[in-house]
Amino acid sequence: MNHDHTPEADGSAADGSRRTFVKQAGGLLGLALAPPLTGFAERFAAPAKTLAGPTDLTLRVNGTARTLRAEPRVTLLDALRENLDLTGSKKGCDHGQCGACTVLVDGRRVNACLTLAVMAQGKEITTVEGLAQGDHLHPMQEAFIKHDGFQCGYCTPGQIVSAVACVKEGHATSDDQCREWMSGNLCRCGAYPNILAAVREVAQKGGAQG
Amino acid sequence: MNNFTYTALKTAKEATGARKAEPAAAFIAGGTNLLDLMKSNLEQHPQLLDVNQLPLKGIEMTSDGLRIGALERMSDVGEHPLVVQQYPAVSQSLLLSASPQLRNMASIGGNILQRTRCGYFRDGAFPCNKREPGSGCPAQTGDNRNLAILGGSPACIATNASDLAVALAALDAVVLLENSKGKQRRVALVDFHVLPGKSPQVETVLEADEIITAVLLPAAAHARKSHYLKVRDRASYAFALVSAAVGLDVQGGQIKAARVALGGVGTKPWRVPAVEKLLVGQPATEATFRRAAAAAVQGAHPYEHNRFKMELAQSTIVRALLELPA
Repeated sequence: MNHDHTPEADGSAADGSRRTFVKQAGGLLGLALAPPLTGFAERFAAPAKTLAGPTDLTLRVNGTARTLRAEPRVTLLDALRENLDLTGSKKGCDHGQCGACTVLVDGRRVNACLTLAVMAQGKEITTVEGLAQGDHLHPMQEAFIKHDGFQCGYCTPGQIVSAVACVKEGHATSDDQCREWMSGNLCRCGAYPNILAAVREVAQKGGAQG
Repeated sequence: MNNFTYTALKTAKEATGARKAEPAAAFIAGGTNLLDLMKSNLEQHPQLLDVNQLPLKGIEMTSDGLRIGALERMSDVGEHPLVVQQYPAVSQSLLLSASPQLRNMASIGGNILQRTRCGYFRDGAFPCNKREPGSGCPAQTGDNRNLAILGGSPACIATNASDLAVALAALDAVVLLENSKGKQRRVALVDFHVLPGKSPQVETVLEADEIITAVLLPAAAHARKSHYLKVRDRASYAFALVSAAVGLDVQGGQIKAARVALGGVGTKPWRVPAVEKLLVGQPATEATFRRAAAAAVQGAHPYEHNRFKMELAQSTIVRALLELPA
């Protein structure tokens, strides 16, 4: 796991890159949380704020506003896992190659490992933890169980989140199309035939609510 | 990944001004290429300038052709009806790139600026003239299977990795740039990337205080009948070994206009005018395609592991032309 987002990890505090340090205040945060009294034009005319070092961030995850303190270099994946204890999204390659970290941002599937947490503010983030309604599993989760769409399970949260988006996008209307549009999620166990069966079944049943 | 400061800008003037003040800063849009490289310490920037709030979106037909804002995402452009109908090769090049997740994130401007997938460039343990000018190019005598046979130099044979840029090169796309003084200029896509020569660290004509604002695609019959074929080691989610973007205007069985560009073989998106010349005026037959495609690798310099690209480049052009709708 990558814990290099602590300020001490690379000694960068002394590299001069903080000369433009503006304590918290936060351009994006200020924008997202500006009180209603602040006029629209006033907010948009404000000069850009530079964030440096640990900053208070607010992320809207699975319908709930969550706050954390993190440096600008902290990815959405690390923020979810390390700061918000949402460990469903997995860190596989950490380079956007495996899809284990797939989450929905404003309804679109993205790689959380290549998304900066600071840039995900003001957006609606859905992780695998946000798919079930209490004990009532999402149809895609049910289908993965029914079709045994996993072996070790490490890629599964990413597969399921990606599959929910794939069906919603209308990209699971044939086996070949589904394979192509699920190709951003790798499974080293090779559970692909069962994953395909699960996604196709949900698609054929008229899709799953996102 | 080194620590950095983060600034979200709202206008091109602000963003380019900030870059002028700190030339080591990087613009971030989708971040898919930048953060990947920064995590491997292959790029280090003291400041990231978030350009996502700049008003550089929109896909619209203008008197110049189709105008695609630089901040449009690959997925949105690839599935846009105007792109699908008027510029199928562009749509296909986008939808055959990367993964659905990455396409949802990556911007058009960033795609054109993406850096090479050369294994030596991407492994900090090796010398690389792109990363450290003058340090050497192990690819010349090393594993060069994925590298260029066209446009290389003793300093660098890294291929340009963009599928989109190949389609844009074929279809005469123009890149719109704006600098910190608000001055705009237009550069043909084929002139936007530069050959490595002795300074492979310089990859484009983009100035330090310039930003890509849009891409223009002229309307044309050969654009409406265009196609992108990507040949790779696996069926999906891989970079091209060789790819071809082709477009033909055929009237009464005769080729009136032709556009051909190659990916995966050149150090930049590789337009092949010699092939186009041999197609124009000829009957649109497989024999014509084969004869013309032979010109694609004139002057090519294959290396130990990539000789197969000499033949594959020609076959890819022929098959792409054969796959064009009648």
